[in-house]
Amino acid sequence: MTDILNALVLLANFVLVPGLTYGSQLALGALGVTMIYAVLRFSNFGHGETMSFGAMITILTTWWLQEKGITFGVLPTALLALPVGIIATVVMCLLFDRVVYRYYRREKANPVTYLIVSVGILFILSGLVRFIIGPQDRVFADGERFIMKARAFKQMTGLDQGLAIKTTQGVTVVTAIVIVALIFWFLNRTRTGKSMRAYSDNEDLALLSGINPAKVVAITWVITGALAAIAGTLYGLDKGYKPFTYLGLVLPIFASAIVGGVGNPLGAIAGGFVVAFSELLLTFAYKRVIAYLTPGDWIPEGLVQLLSTDYKLAVSFVILVIVLLVKPTGIFSGKTL
Amino acid sequence: MSTNLRNILLFTIMGALLVAVGVIQSANVALAILNLCLISAIMTLGVNIQWGYAGLFNAGVMGFAALGGLAAVLVSFPPVPEAWAVGGSRAMLGAVTGALSIVLAILAFKMIPGGRRLRGWAAAAVALSGVVLMRFILDPAVEAIEAVEPARTGFLGGLGLPIVFSWIAGGAFAALAAWGIGKIALGLRSDYLAIATLGISEIIVYFLKNEDWLARGVKNVNGLPRPVPYEIELQKTLWVQELAAKLDFNVIELSSIIVKLSYAGLFIVVLAIVFWLSERALKSPWGRMMRAIRDNEIAASAMGKDVTWRHLQVFVLGSAVIGLAGAMLTTLDGIFTPASYQPLRFTFLIWVMVIVGGSGNNLGSILGGFAIWFFWIEAEPIGLAVIELLTSGMGEDHALRLHLIENAAHTRLATMGVVLLMVLRFSPRGLIPERGK
Repeated sequence: MTDILNALVLLANFVLVPGLTYGSQLALGALGVTMIYAVLRFSNFGHGETMSFGAMITILTTWWLQEKGITFGVLPTALLALPVGIIATVVMCLLFDRVVYRYYRREKANPVTYLIVSVGILFILSGLVRFIIGPQDRVFADGERFIMKARAFKQMTGLDQGLAIKTTQGVTVVTAIVIVALIFWFLNRTRTGKSMRAYSDNEDLALLSGINPAKVVAITWVITGALAAIAGTLYGLDKGYKPFTYLGLVLPIFASAIVGGVGNPLGAIAGGFVVAFSELLLTFAYKRVIAYLTPGDWIPEGLVQLLSTDYKLAVSFVILVIVLLVKPTGIFSGKTL
Repeated sequence: MSTNLRNILLFTIMGALLVAVGVIQSANVALAILNLCLISAIMTLGVNIQWGYAGLFNAGVMGFAALGGLAAVLVSFPPVPEAWAVGGSRAMLGAVTGALSIVLAILAFKMIPGGRRLRGWAAAAVALSGVVLMRFILDPAVEAIEAVEPARTGFLGGLGLPIVFSWIAGGAFAALAAWGIGKIALGLRSDYLAIATLGISEIIVYFLKNEDWLARGVKNVNGLPRPVPYEIELQKTLWVQELAAKLDFNVIELSSIIVKLSYAGLFIVVLAIVFWLSERALKSPWGRMMRAIRDNEIAASAMGKDVTWRHLQVFVLGSAVIGLAGAMLTTLDGIFTPASYQPLRFTFLIWVMVIVGGSGNNLGSILGGFAIWFFWIEAEPIGLAVIELLTSGMGEDHALRLHLIENAAHTRLATMGVVLLMVLRFSPRGLIPERGK
């Protein structure tokens, strides 16, 4: 019995907790991509850099707060700074929409043109971020480091395996749940949310019903900017902030959005977890789990690992490619917003 | 102003800019930029064949360039006999098993009767068991190979042929990969194709980074042989010393200039051949057909053109050119560093070159390659100068001034973004637009 529990704790510690955290981060990112896709109908390659921008503003505000001696007790100060990051990112998104994207909307440009435009914005943002904060690593998590320490867990349960939960992991999951609940409430219960869904479903019909397209587009950018700032900050809190990792995040995020079906918020969330858990499950070394689950003292020879951890990120690209080839409409196909 | 005159003027300005760098900074810097301009121009021509001729958005430029770099290693590096002795045959057997399992999986998908879903699962099962079998054969070989002098080799090495052959091999590698990728991905919608190729190029680079037995992974392969003489040897020769004395030049600097000029000569020949072939193709009935497919796929297929096959064809051709340029780049560097392949530099920057130069026009692609690479390098000193000028009112050690100067190098990213957006908005057809029919 203890052996089974030990095996479960081992899996929880190395797969479940990190998977839930990473999955939440991906889900929030993918929600942003999916929103833009559903309403503005293009793949926003600049989303990763938008996340990076939001995280950067949050970090700068965090430093300022810390200098003033303001902290958030056991929680990271960055949560207090996050609203500033959100506002700055939203303003930035609206500005880019006004200066750049609006023109192409009026021109009724094709999706590839939008895509190239978003690459231009990707360049501008990545330059801007590196220019302001520099390319170095930044660790800005403060407050209590752990919700649950491995040793405390061992003492509490008397098991051999420990379960550690970092504060940043807890914060990520809780924030993600709150945000997702808010988004769904907004889309399904409010008038503006419904008009957004109507616009995404059938643009012409929505226009005929008197929905103001400019407002729908603006709201979409507000939501996307907020989501990007939150996702970027949570990722940075959890894994340390480094400007160039955010470009690499674009692909797992696209993978998440596409796995669930682009344009579908529920799909984006499911996709985020599918991608996160596949990465972890395929690169986890099952050696010790098997040792616990088999009777006697037998321990498997190798690591019992399907893929070396070097290929962790490549898993999401493989999933992306497979989904695009086998079922490009994703798991929840046919439904949008 | 006639188009020709305008083009000549644009290229003259470009040349003048390079000469100006030669005068202001140094001839060595100018020639280093020129060499990379030439390689960028070839890469841009490759992307232009895909995008400009046929409207295919290939966001996997990085992967094809990396395959070209791999070719440079595999062709030119001398073989490592010890590694071949301990694991060569087993590694080859493993590779053949892998290839066979792919072929069998495709055959399973095509031959087994039944629904698409059933055949899909069957193919996946065949492929998966093939992978397991391959790992079983390959893994011990890999371990043995990587244990052979890991600090110096630890891989199978190459063929030990002159590195110039690798340019052809690089094109062939990229073409082969493009054929496989095109077979599976070209049916996708334009923006999905971009995402898929971006993902596949990341997978290729991941593979190169982690498979040490093939090309040492992130440990890099350095000391690749050169197609041109070494500086040290040049400095010893009499004619270089005499020339240096005559020109009143430093011998070391002169030898370095001669080396760079020889590279430039080789690259110009390749660029000229690729350009000539691309122009011929564009003006041929084949080129007209490609443009017809690009402008209206449905009409072209109604006229009996096999759109899928033509797309595959143009995808393979363009990728081969990118692979060629990738091999040339590794040749110039003399070192293969898989970690240096970043999508920003190898995919998106090349795209900026194509768009700014003028998609669909080969001359425009060359100009775009030159101009964008030039500013990619020179944005740093220019940005630094601008910042120093703007902040000259502040004190020498003002914190903001120091911060801005320290991060001046990053202005080039933002500059590229602004240039791309400006061109897209105000001159969407680029510096040298596509000629009308």
